[in-house]
Amino acid sequence: MLNFNMPRYEIIRNEKKCINCKVCAKQCANEVHSYDEADNIMRADEALCVNCHRCVLLCPTKALTVKKYPLEFKENANWTAEAMNEIYKQAETGGVLLTSMGNPKPFPIYWDKMLLNASQVTNPSIDPLREPMEIKTFIGRNPDKLEFDGKGKLITKMPPKLELNAPIMFSAMSYGSISKNAHESLARAAAELGIYYNTGEGGLNKEFYKYGKNTIVQVASGRFGIDKKYLNTGAAIEIKIGQGAKPGIGGHLPGAKVDEDVSATRMIPEGSDAISPAPHHDIYSIEDLRQLIYSLKEVTGYKKPVFVKIAAVHNAAAIASGIARAGADAIVIDGFRGGTGAAPARVRDNVGIPIELALAAIDQRLREEGIRNSVSLIIAGSIRNSADIVKAVALGADAVYIASAALIAMGCHMCHSCMGGKCNWGIATQKANLVKRLNPDIMYKRLVNLVSAWNHEIQEILGGMGINAIDSLRGNRFMLRGIGLNDKELEILGIKYAGEAI
Amino acid sequence: MLKEGDIRIPAGCAISAIIDKTGKRFSGNDIIQSIALMHERSNGLGGGFAAYGIYPEYKDLFALHIFYDNLAIKMKTEEYLSKHFEIASAGNIPTRKVASVKNKPLIWRYFVRPRIYIVQDGYLDEEEFTKRCVIRINKEYKGAYVFSSGKNMGTFKGVGYPEDIGDFFMLDTYDAHLWTAHGRFPTNTPGWWGGAHPFTMLNWSIVHNGEISSYDANRRFVEMYGYKCTLQTDTEVITYLFDLLIRKHGLPIEKAITVLAAPLWDEIARKSPELKKELTALRTVYSSALINGPFSIILGFDKGMVALNDRIKLRSLVAAQKGSKTYVASEESSIRVICPEPDKVWSPKGGEPVIVYLDGKGAKKREELC
Ligand code: SF4
Ligand code: SF4
Repeated sequence: MLNFNMPRYEIIRNEKKCINCKVCAKQCANEVHSYDEADNIMRADEALCVNCHRCVLLCPTKALTVKKYPLEFKENANWTAEAMNEIYKQAETGGVLLTSMGNPKPFPIYWDKMLLNASQVTNPSIDPLREPMEIKTFIGRNPDKLEFDGKGKLITKMPPKLELNAPIMFSAMSYGSISKNAHESLARAAAELGIYYNTGEGGLNKEFYKYGKNTIVQVASGRFGIDKKYLNTGAAIEIKIGQGAKPGIGGHLPGAKVDEDVSATRMIPEGSDAISPAPHHDIYSIEDLRQLIYSLKEVTGYKKPVFVKIAAVHNAAAIASGIARAGADAIVIDGFRGGTGAAPARVRDNVGIPIELALAAIDQRLREEGIRNSVSLIIAGSIRNSADIVKAVALGADAVYIASAALIAMGCHMCHSCMGGKCNWGIATQKANLVKRLNPDIMYKRLVNLVSAWNHEIQEILGGMGINAIDSLRGNRFMLRGIGLNDKELEILGIKYAGEAI
Repeated sequence: MLKEGDIRIPAGCAISAIIDKTGKRFSGNDIIQSIALMHERSNGLGGGFAAYGIYPEYKDLFALHIFYDNLAIKMKTEEYLSKHFEIASAGNIPTRKVASVKNKPLIWRYFVRPRIYIVQDGYLDEEEFTKRCVIRINKEYKGAYVFSSGKNMGTFKGVGYPEDIGDFFMLDTYDAHLWTAHGRFPTNTPGWWGGAHPFTMLNWSIVHNGEISSYDANRRFVEMYGYKCTLQTDTEVITYLFDLLIRKHGLPIEKAITVLAAPLWDEIARKSPELKKELTALRTVYSSALINGPFSIILGFDKGMVALNDRIKLRSLVAAQKGSKTYVASEESSIRVICPEPDKVWSPKGGEPVIVYLDGKGAKKREELC
């Protein structure tokens, strides 16, 4: 049948540089490159290319470039190439358009419309190289107040908390959606950094139980891989209600990614699709959520904080307040730019709201209700750098989750093709030959490097503001000013415009 | 130009305090002399004093000191006051003509007791009730400003150099066992008397030097508990923090101080397991009450006085002792000018408070903790 879709990328091979070593052919799981023996030349089937840069980076002579396919449709601001190609594809397959990673559309990025403050004259800045600069963060519930007996001894019992050396954690990515080596890298990095990584909804490989004290175990609607031991192995439990990339729908793991080990970890048959239901079928209301929170606390002896994660949707503030009242120790909000291993493109690109606005609204709402101090607030959904983190904390977050950034540190090139299971970087795949490309000994170090670099930057920025503990940045919106924002946006973010005095 | 409260005005300052722990009272002359020596640290745009023990004859009544912009607002406010309080006595606060003190508002003083039925019917105690009324007036009665609301204590402040303000309010005629003083160097001038320091709420008074960088984190924290930061000043928010922690949450003073100038995590890690648990609880539950940035503050209250520096000592603070008196000030010279030969002079470390309880008033009877 005639394929109406043109290739999306053009592969340019510099014949003068190419030495026919076939590395590109071996490296490409999408089978783009092949060697033509008859003509003694390398050829490429560009229609198969996802632009992951694996061949480009591994080519010993740097003979390769990948470019956007130069073929243009007649100019049309409405019927763009993308809009038309999607129709060709759906007309051909009759299926839902699947994609992966976060929303790539040009929606406003509010992080980039907020600027930070620094001290001058009236208040000295602090040099983190010479002075203490604290970014230690605790996650968990707080009692309303502390009580002491007549002798000054603390009598209030403190709820369980996680202690983080930085306000950063690795967000949920299931074993299955990403590889075992990727998981191992995250687990080891979390342990070395004194932070936490999240198992995602796919259970926990037996080999990684040893990283339990740096692990957050997730409980999602599919209940994959969950038993008492799993719950008690983690340092905290996260109930996943929703995910920023696909609010309102459940997880998708194509059967192709369910090999023997994944099947054992998830406790499902090999090769079967792992589709978690859209809702938890035991949670149809907030009281039900409360029951699940408490049954998980019951199983783990009230020793572990229980998080509840939701996607940032229109009514997130009221929902978050309900979650706090239902007894969660931490609320996790995942913005509409959060990544995924597989999601329907229409959902990913059109459902949910920006994390910055959701965070500001939720923090404010919890304060108005006087309960912000009793619960922790963690945000996720495309934190790209340390400045985003500083701004998030100033808006009111206790900590952030990073996932896409962590994958990029391990080599992900954002090709949006994770659902195919053929990730050339050994991340979003279960194919042994691809997985082994990701060396945990090297990759965990790169993750450690990334977070350490960000920690330094956070400390630098804090010092510049004259703050020496991150506690004093949390919810400190005076440190933020808006630029290029309208009145409504400023109102929701609760910040002033650049140029307005303190 | 916007008035203080509509905008936030950073200011540098001088502070000073004298306390006699035996409760013996002395006139305002010394404190005026002490703060006058630091003339250079103020710029004539604000000065003030808090004095404890000055109204023994009314010691069970709340003493409300109020600035009014005009008579109309005075009448409106008094209507509100008499609805909520029995007014035992009311009158002008006596002042003396001082050439440099200009544009004075109407300055009134009321000794009041909350109307019994209100306190009995409601779930509020006298203090909470009075606090709410004060916040209400300051927020909703434009042109009226309650600048002092404690018992047996009072604040005196205005636009001018502190020594002139002291003279203006005739502080030489009052006797107190604790005096605190403040000279202000605001970066711009709203010229509003209410903006001068000390800031007080009930029996708490604060004088403060510095500009805290945690302001909005602190503000948004206290506002969860019913406070409203109308002035947007550091002193206001610090006062509310003390009121919240000590009066509302019942923390012992030492613990409240541990919250405001918290020990570093590295230090906490070195403590005994039990202390570590306690300090971690204090730092995490009250993490938003940590005061960050440079500050030195002197807190006056019914039981005594606390002087405190930020935890890495970014502002100067000196303390001295002579007999039953303790002195603290931004500069040693302003202690020496009134007490040339103290028994002991020291510079308290960052985060380590100087606490002086009046005899018989301290939870634990001790003079200081340094
Ligand atoms: S990897 Fe580079 S040099 Fe080797 S065959 Fe491919 S294009 Fe040619
Ligand atoms: S994880 Fe792999 S497949 Fe997914 S976007 Fe990154 S490079 Fe592409």
